Amino acid sequence: MTTEKLELFEVFIRSKRGLDHKHVGSLHAEDHAQALEYARDCYTRRSEGVSIWVMKSNDICASQEDDAESFYDPSDDKPYRHATYYVLPDPVNNM
Amino acid sequence: MTPEEQNFMRKINAEEKIEPKDWMPDAYRKNVTRQMSQHAHSEVIGMQPEGNWITRAPSLRRKVVLLSKVQDEAGHGLYLYSACETLGISRAEMIEALQKGTAKYASIFNYPTLTWGDVGAIGWLVDGAAIVNQVSLQRTSYGPYARGMIRICKEESFHQRQGYEALLVLAQGSPEQKQMAQDSLNRFYWPALMMFGPHDSESAHSAKSMEWKIKRETNDDLRQKFIDQTVPQIEFLGLEHPDPAIKWNEERGHYDHGDIDWEEFYSVINGNGHCNRQRIEHHVAAHEEGAWVRDAITAYNDKKNANKIKNVA
Ligand SMILES: [Fe+2]
Ligand SMILES: [Fe+2]
Ligand SMILES: [Fe+2]
Repeated sequence: MTTEKLELFEVFIRSKRGLDHKHVGSLHAEDHAQALEYARDCYTRRSEGVSIWVMKSNDICASQEDDAESFYDPSDDKPYRHATYYVLPDPVNNM
Repeated sequence: MTPEEQNFMRKINAEEKIEPKDWMPDAYRKNVTRQMSQHAHSEVIGMQPEGNWITRAPSLRRKVVLLSKVQDEAGHGLYLYSACETLGISRAEMIEALQKGTAKYASIFNYPTLTWGDVGAIGWLVDGAAIVNQVSLQRTSYGPYARGMIRICKEESFHQRQGYEALLVLAQGSPEQKQMAQDSLNRFYWPALMMFGPHDSESAHSAKSMEWKIKRETNDDLRQKFIDQTVPQIEFLGLEHPDPAIKWNEERGHYDHGDIDWEEFYSVINGNGHCNRQRIEHHVAAHEEGAWVRDAITAYNDKKNANKIKNVA
């Protein structure tokens, strides 16, 4: 069997109810239903999850590491967005 | 109880979260939708009283800080609207309910911001009260709401600190500045207490919300927490406490306090606050002014899709 004709899917697993789905890896599959079954077989052999998401890798639009500078630069000179920027005297510092 | 109901209650009792695709009673869905959309509306409408001072902040530093805070609130609105949409309601339906007045937002934002001191008081007291509530909601039973609260709480601390810091500067300034701080405290203290909602005995949604763990602590317990934590903060500012009845109760381990003017609370909720009409009018105007952006996005998508079909054919 060749994987060339199969699509790549990304797999996300929620390890416990209440937590976010986390990316765990990817796999090749024919369609969503098959990807879900493969994901179960591959990634949750030890009951690692309570819920699985699969999505086509092609559907992911990702930022590029190379763009990181221009992407995140604007936050560098805004330390006032952090709580620690505001120095308060000890008696009231617990907010 | 049906098996579905049993399974739902089992999760609730075991402190497990309810997730979007889980079965849930209609009333639970409705209740969480109401609370979450109301919370989202509060974040968005809450930008107005503070936004009012962005152009008039007393220094460039205060201006960028305030701008950042208001920007955060827009983000909080977005997190909450998106989380609420997982329950099946659309963004458009929520906005319409807000604009028609069938959905509420926190009454506190119907008070005007008359002075720069009010911006400090809002950060310190209004965000402070919101934090007490939101920390508790990090344990709410609806998963997307709980996770949204965790994210929001991380961002809120700066809001309260910048407000208190601004007020501290005023309180340590000239007699006029100190008076301005006192005046802001006096006007925002009581409405901040009202943010926690009516007494538990009067609260329409409380019992079921507690049973379903949508709410984790009662209005009165949360309010008491806020009252207790605020006393030393007022003292440190060297300002007079707006509640003459405030008194430490050794036995209870809490501060006793004076009565809240519930008539004012219901009057403001029912539309008679200083700014109710202005807040909604402004929201409608901003929404309509932004219509061309939404139209442009739709037109662009239509065109792109049409091209795709052409290329395939
Ligand atoms: Fe917020
Ligand atoms: Fe805030
Ligand atoms: Fe909030």
